[in-house]
Amino acid sequence: MSVKIYVPQDSGALSLGAERVAKAIAAEAQKRSLEIKLVRNGSRGMFWLEPLVEVHTAQGRIAYGPVQARDVADLFEAGFLEGKPHALALGPTEQIPFLAKQERLTFARVGITDPISLDDYAAQGGWQGLKQAATLAPAAIVKEVTDSGLRGRGGAAFPTGIKWNTVLGAQAGQKYIVCNADEGDSGTFSDRMLMEGDPYCLIEGMAIAGLAVGATQGYIYVRSEYPHAFKTLNATIAKARDAGWLGPDVAGSGKAFELEARLGAGAYICGEETALLESLEGKRGVVRAKPPLPALKGLFGQPTVVNNVMTLASVPIILAKGAAFYRDYGQGRSLGTLPFQLAGNLKHAGLVEKAFGLTLRELLYDYGGGSASGRPLRAVQVGGPLGAYVPEADFDTPLDYEAFAAKGAMVGHGGVVAFDDTVDMAAQARYAMEFCAAESCGKCTPCRIGSTRGVEVIDRIIDGTERTKNVELLKSLCDTMLAGSLCAHGGMTPYPVLSALNHFPSDFGV
Amino acid sequence: MDLAALQTIINAHRALPGAMLPTLHAIQDEMGYIPEQAVSLIASALNVSRAEVHGVISFYHHFRTAPPGRRVVEVCRAESCQAKGGRALEAHVKAQLGVDWHQTTNDGAFTLEPVYCLGNCACSPSLRIGDDVHGRVSSETFDALISEARVEA
Ligand SMILES: Cc1cc2nc3c(=O)[nH]c(=O)nc-3n(C[C@H](O)[C@H](O)[C@H](O)COP(=O)(O)O)c2cc1C
Ligand code: SF4
Ligand code: FES
Repeated sequence: MSVKIYVPQDSGALSLGAERVAKAIAAEAQKRSLEIKLVRNGSRGMFWLEPLVEVHTAQGRIAYGPVQARDVADLFEAGFLEGKPHALALGPTEQIPFLAKQERLTFARVGITDPISLDDYAAQGGWQGLKQAATLAPAAIVKEVTDSGLRGRGGAAFPTGIKWNTVLGAQAGQKYIVCNADEGDSGTFSDRMLMEGDPYCLIEGMAIAGLAVGATQGYIYVRSEYPHAFKTLNATIAKARDAGWLGPDVAGSGKAFELEARLGAGAYICGEETALLESLEGKRGVVRAKPPLPALKGLFGQPTVVNNVMTLASVPIILAKGAAFYRDYGQGRSLGTLPFQLAGNLKHAGLVEKAFGLTLRELLYDYGGGSASGRPLRAVQVGGPLGAYVPEADFDTPLDYEAFAAKGAMVGHGGVVAFDDTVDMAAQARYAMEFCAAESCGKCTPCRIGSTRGVEVIDRIIDGTERTKNVELLKSLCDTMLAGSLCAHGGMTPYPVLSALNHFPSDFGV
Repeated sequence: MDLAALQTIINAHRALPGAMLPTLHAIQDEMGYIPEQAVSLIASALNVSRAEVHGVISFYHHFRTAPPGRRVVEVCRAESCQAKGGRALEAHVKAQLGVDWHQTTNDGAFTLEPVYCLGNCACSPSLRIGDDVHGRVSSETFDALISEARVEA
């Protein structure tokens, strides 16, 4: 019997040497005439332990990490194929506290299965949601999603069922499902991990969406920074189609759904849904005025569902286990779970899927383990580059869309970027303006010109040139951007800027 | 410039709905950049004006209109990497390569580009050389990576 050894092919693990580790394990096994089966899984999301190697033993999966190629011979010598002790041994993977305390619904399979294997996917509960959907009327599928309380995970948190219902009700010869996999927010990587680690889950979610609203064509718009995810999607879309989960007769429903992955080209603004549609149509990624809503006039002018990867990947379990099961997680109007992403200066950076409602402090310390540098945490940016900087005084805020909004902050796509006390918040505010200018689509003046002015004004504040006057100028500039921008790119850049100024005035010399 | 090769790539993609980006990607993957001669060929194949093609190429950071160095080095400048010493790494990379953003080293080996998040934020600071992302990069590991890449490049 050959022993199963898992070495992730998640690009995070690869960035730390997983490929060399996999090669070293294969070579060492051959040298010792041992039969092994190397499985290239996704990542468990414990990146401080990557490359994390797991061995399937009689006691279940035993983890070792972080493993470098030079450790491999030693691991074999210590008997890691039988799960024996070693300096890098971590015990049963599922019992590592970071993982054991999570509530993984969307990420149920990521890191466990071989992402390309249809057998693995089916054996771990895959396709149950789509099979269920294939027996339901479109309106019944939409109702299940509405009742689950699922809200868009891409940032704006719009109720998914309501969006789907609008597309279902629209009359058109052609409708589309577009998956927003542009994931441009710094500090976020859950979309990438899922596309690389459990792509069939996204494919299943999109097929369900197609059946629900009567769309026969889907596109996944993947950012060009994610070449591995793009390759994995292409491989798995083809396999899913051959197996009848996509194509002319989806899961025996008699209905068609075709799917294609498309690459972006390095423009943050193409994460905004209307700019994304322009880009898919082959144009510059310039934001469209709304209305009309994409749900009514979207891709090529047709009714279109645009949803984030996490939103669509949450749908299979909702259909498989029912709306009540899903909405049982979470609190208030933030129902279900969110795959949070811990990044920046944290000891234990990685993926934490939990029901809404835990506090930021719990995430930062109970999961994140505090700062990586050992210095006190000072500011945490939640929700990407357009999200506010949260000071220590607000760390006890529960992660809930409304609770964060009440603090002038946002949960967004669930990215959490922690900074220790060496951070210069004036430099962070300047960067926010610089980023806004660099990635502006150019359609409206407050964003295009305002952000460049913002950089200049912050530079003068930092220099100490007429500080009081320039602080007032910065505030009024932010007001103009907030009120006068067509989309949230210009409209929310003031959040990181003003939160930095208001919570950390001493960094601006005021 | 091999016009026939360009035309072949364009023909292979022209029937796709929204063919512009897939076409540009395919050309850049093959040639390393989008040659000027491609613009009018694309324009006539997709039935749009040349200005429109230019407009698209210039809008997207990913597309380039001149050949890059043999390897493109993209250093992440975004927040998570900043929180882990990314600004110091940026400075080190520039000094070590002797170039600023968007420039190519004298020996033609490397073109340096900024990038705003590689989705590798749990392993910050990150950078990408060609298609390979590297995480938890220190000045020392960067120097090692670059001498390795210089040999290969
Ligand atoms: C500047 C900007 C960037 C955005 N980037 C993304 C992104 O990378 N991914 C994403 O899913 N949504 C992004 N959004 C939100 C989308 O416009 C849209 O709300 C989302 O795709 C809808 O899907 P959802 O309801 O499933 O969240 C962005 C919005 C703005 C204004
Ligand atoms: S706010 Fe900025 S990105 Fe958004 S439409 Fe206006 S110019 Fe474009
Ligand atoms: S911020 Fe650098 S990889 Fe995400």
